[in-house]
Order: sequence, then C-alpha cells, then structure tokens
Amino acid sequence: MSNVVMPQMGESIVEGTITKWLKDLGDKIERDEALFEISTDKVDSEVPAPDSGVLEAIFFPEGETVEINTVVAVIGDGSKVGQHAAPAGAGAAVPGAAPAPGPAPEPSPAPASEPTQAVAAPESGKRIRSSPLVRRIAKEKGIDLSLVGKGSGAGGRITKKDILEYVERQERAAAAAQPLTAFPDVPEARFGDFDVEPLSAMRQSIAEHMVRTKRVSPHVSTVHVVDCTRVAALRGAAKDRFLEMNGTKLTFMPFFLHAVSSALKAYPSVNSSLDGKNLILHKEVNIGMAVALDWGLIVPVIRNADEKSILGLQRSVNDLAARARSKSLKPDEISQGTFSVSNYGAYNSLLATPAINQPQTAILGMGAITKTPVVVNDAIAIRSISYMTLSFDHRVIDGATADLFLEHIREIIENWNLPVL
Amino acid sequence: MPDAVAAPSHWAAPPPVAATRPCEMLDLGRTGYRRAWDIQLDLVRARKAGSVCDQLVFVEHPPTITLGRNADSAHVLADPAHLARVGIAVEQTDRGGDVTYHGPGQVVAYPILDLKEWRRDVGAYLRALEEVMIAAMLDFGIRSHRVEGLTGVWVGGAKIGALGVHLSRWVTSHGLALNVSTNLRHFELIVPCGLTRPVTSMQRILGHDPGVEAVTASLARRFGEVFGRSMREAAPWNEGCN
Repeated sequence: MSNVVMPQMGESIVEGTITKWLKDLGDKIERDEALFEISTDKVDSEVPAPDSGVLEAIFFPEGETVEINTVVAVIGDGSKVGQHAAPAGAGAAVPGAAPAPGPAPEPSPAPASEPTQAVAAPESGKRIRSSPLVRRIAKEKGIDLSLVGKGSGAGGRITKKDILEYVERQERAAAAAQPLTAFPDVPEARFGDFDVEPLSAMRQSIAEHMVRTKRVSPHVSTVHVVDCTRVAALRGAAKDRFLEMNGTKLTFMPFFLHAVSSALKAYPSVNSSLDGKNLILHKEVNIGMAVALDWGLIVPVIRNADEKSILGLQRSVNDLAARARSKSLKPDEISQGTFSVSNYGAYNSLLATPAINQPQTAILGMGAITKTPVVVNDAIAIRSISYMTLSFDHRVIDGATADLFLEHIREIIENWNLPVL
Repeated sequence: MPDAVAAPSHWAAPPPVAATRPCEMLDLGRTGYRRAWDIQLDLVRARKAGSVCDQLVFVEHPPTITLGRNADSAHVLADPAHLARVGIAVEQTDRGGDVTYHGPGQVVAYPILDLKEWRRDVGAYLRALEEVMIAAMLDFGIRSHRVEGLTGVWVGGAKIGALGVHLSRWVTSHGLALNVSTNLRHFELIVPCGLTRPVTSMQRILGHDPGVEAVTASLARRFGEVFGRSMREAAPWNEGCN
C-alpha cells in the first residue's frame, strides 16, 4: 500500500491546489502514470502515481488546496477501496472515500504486498537497488545486474522497465551483429579500454542503407562553382520584409530548391529511379531534404516542389524540419522522394561527395557559401561562392548530363530574376 | 550554407561545446495557438524520452484569448459572438494562470526544459523566466521589475510580461509572453490574469517598436545566461544536441 502525497514543487511552495483527479476510486493505475493534476501559482503539473495498484482512497476533492507532504490518496491492492481513514486535517473527503463508520485502525502492512525496494549485494561489493521481480528476471535471463547501469527508479533503483529494455538492447545488438560483421577478415575491434554502445534501430537502418547504396550504385561525383552573390544580395534586401509579411525567415534553401526543381524538369533522367531493367521517370518532383538529428538522420520529402512558390518552399522546409525534430513526421512524408539534397555547407563543409538515397539516381550536395576572390572579366573580385556537387548513379546518368544539370542550376542562381516577395 | 546574415549577432562565436547544456531554439514565426500547442506536446514527449535536448520555441500568435486551468470565464468580458466577429479565437489550455491575450507584436516563448536537469523548483523557475524578461528589456533600456505576490513582469504599475506554465514529470511547457508592440486595446476584452491592472508594451514605453525579431534574439541570449544553456538554432542542418 502506498500513500500518495502532495509533492513538494519547490523551496518556496508550501501548498498546491488539486485541479483534477485523472483516476476514479477503484481504478487501476500503473506506477508513474499521471494520477492527478495540481496547480501552484501560474504552474500546472501532473503528479505521477508512486506505485502500481488500485486507487483505494481520495481524501481531497478537486479545488481543494493542500499543504505539501499531506496524504491525498492511497494506492493499494484493491481490497480496501473507500475504506481508508482520512488523515488528520483532511477536511472534505470525496464521497465514497469517507472514513468507514467507527474507528477502523490501519492494520499492519499486508504481508502479501511486495516490498518495492531491496538491496542486492553483488560480488563486486557495489550495492545495486532493485526489486525481487527485477532480480528474478535477471536470474532467469542470466544477467549481471551490475552491468545494467544506473536504474531510472528512485535513487538509481533498477526498475522492471530498465531490465526489460536492457534485455531488448542486448538482443537487438546480437541480431544486428550478424549483417554488420559480414566481412570475416575485419581485425578484432575490441582492444584496449572501450565502451560498447548498441546501435539504435535508426542507426542500424542507416548503416544498411549506406552499404546497399554504395554496393548497388556506381557513384560518380562532379563539382561546379556557383556564384551566389546575386541571391545573397536579394535575400539580404528582402529578408526583413519577408519575415514581416510571412512570419518566417527567408533562408537560401528555397532559392536552391527552386533551381533544383527546374533542373529536374529539364533533365528527367536525374529525377528517376532504376527498377531492374526499367528506368522509372517520375513526373512528380519530390525533393528529399537530409535533416540531421542528434539521434541520426532523416530525409523528409517536399512534395511537388516544382509547384511551390519561394514562400511555399520555405514553409515546407521549416515545417518538415520542425516535425523531423519532434518525431512527428507522417510515414508518407519520408517516402516517395524522387531526388535528394544535402546541405552540409551548414557545417562549413566546402565540398563533399554525398551518397545517393536509393532508389533515386542522384543527390545534390551544397557547400558553404563563402566570400572568395575570383576572376571576373579579367579582374579579381570578391564573390559569394558555393561548390555544388552532384553525386550520380553512373549506370543511369552520364557525366555530360550531370554537368548540364548543374549548369542549369548555376544559370538560375547566378541570373536570379524571380520576385521573392 | 551557414545562415550568417539571418543569425543573431551573438551567434558568430558559438560557445565551446559541452561547456554548458545545450538548448535548441525553434522560431515558428506566426503560428496558430493550437498548432503551436501540438508542436509543444510533441517536443515534451521527445524531451521526456530523452531524444531531444532542452528546447526554446518562439512564436507569435494571431489574436487569441486563452484560459488557464484556473480561469474564471467571467474574466472574458466580450461575448463570444463579438470575438468571433473581430476574428479573435478563444482557447482552453492546460497551463497555470487565469485568462490572457496573445496576438501579433507579442513574443511568446515556450521553453521545453527538463527541470530535473536544472532545479526541481517551480518557484525558482518562474522567477528565472521573469529574470529573462527583465534582462532582455534592459537591452532596450527598459527597467522592469517584479511585484511581490503577483507573478509576471511590470513597468510602473502596468503588466508587460505574463507567465503560465505546465509541468509533466518536471518537463515544462507553455511559458512567457512579452508585449513588444501588441495591440493593447485587445486586452480590454478580458481581465488579464484576473487582475484589474493596466497592461503596457515595449512600444508604448519606448515610443517606437523595437521589433519582434530583435526582442526574440535578446530573450534567447538572456535565456541562455539565466538558465546556463548554450543556445543554438534548431535548423534542419544543425548538429543537434550533442
């Protein structure tokens, strides 16, 4: 049986108001599930259940203000719903939670209730806090609890969830070890001092994709120098007004996406996929945009990019990037790309050779725009220069096509003549 | 390509990696209340799962009246038909506090912070958010202050910055709203935070509009200082939280 108390929300906070009970008397609840909501000056908080079980008593109704550390509810095994005596000071108990008629003294803790916390002493001498259930799982699976690491429970206690996740990670890593170590003569990697980090599901899928694309497509890259001085000036002049009118910042991305869309229409083989002995020439221009996340990489797709205005492209970029980060992309927003772009220039990379996103046949890489001395009309001038790379599948695209494609982009960027606002 | 022109000036020299915990900024620009709330909910989920670092979301809402969990609907003075006619939305929310107004010219900042990695103290959190606004306004020569017992930021007797926060397992959502060039007449439709005190804006005090973009940049910098976070822009191509 666990008492649920009004939590201490801060040094200066002495009380909280119960705004909402999220569970009713007799409801089952899991440990850490939100049980009720409280309000302290300007802050609303959810309070999680300290234990799993059945909500047996609610001592204060919604709207009541209670001092911190006051018992507000009881979670038990379900045998005493509505039979707990309200603590001293509990003014208005919730109907149904009223004290049982006559004094009903609290019996000593039921022997059936599992102690929620225990200390195991492994041979290392390090004390690991866990419950009997966790130790049973560990024994069954033959796991040394000292390898599980610090638990997520109170005081670093290893919870059931921790150990099950550990088991899952180990099993996944074991499964992943198969294809990734497919080359038998790789020298031993485990030497010296090291940590072992199992690959996440996303990292494993990236790894497989990269191996496949390099094996399937003979990659060739060509690099063109693009003078971005004109669009940089245009963007500089328009960006304040653009922000004011549209509520979003104007970046270089929509300029390049526009130029890429136009080039893809002019050179359909670059906007294609290879399917066995057939080349699938896509009529839609769906541009994938590599988004770096701290847990990996994802390529959301801007659909029908050729039909979008500068504002429309900018909004798509912002929207897809924001949702990539919040993990709220829909499945159809990361599929059916017909071409991809990678903006590694953001990391100050001048020149790179990106890998093709299968089953597409090419990818455009954009280097950092830097002020560079160049020769213009036999004079040295300072221009904003970017190196642009097209990596292409040489089975499908010839070098000449790739160069014409990049020249098409260069022409549009260097002679930009579309209104931005 | 590095977006040097659009980036705030303090961005030029990024702080040393891992010197402080990172916090990513996301500027949603002009975005509806519901949509921004959905984004917050997604970020809170991701923050709890540990898949993103602390986040600071900036947004400017279209005219919207919001009611906190403790709101007294009598504090919305105008009738719903009138509000609908003039295009002001009314939204029920899960933040703390009473009734408030959001609209163009007001910078709204929604920090998605894990307070377990800062301080487990909601009082300290509110005072810190006030500090962020007070420090940011000093950048524009405005001296503002707290009023004992009344959460928010004040200039003279008028309220300029409001707070309302929601916590779920110590992960924050909602946050602060600072009036830069807000249409103050819209506040007459409500009793802001249940208080019958006047409301003001930076524009009214300065005599000119300092600009939402400049105030946003200042709030972001001050936020990093007050909370000890290294701020970085959450663009699709940034290097994430590592």
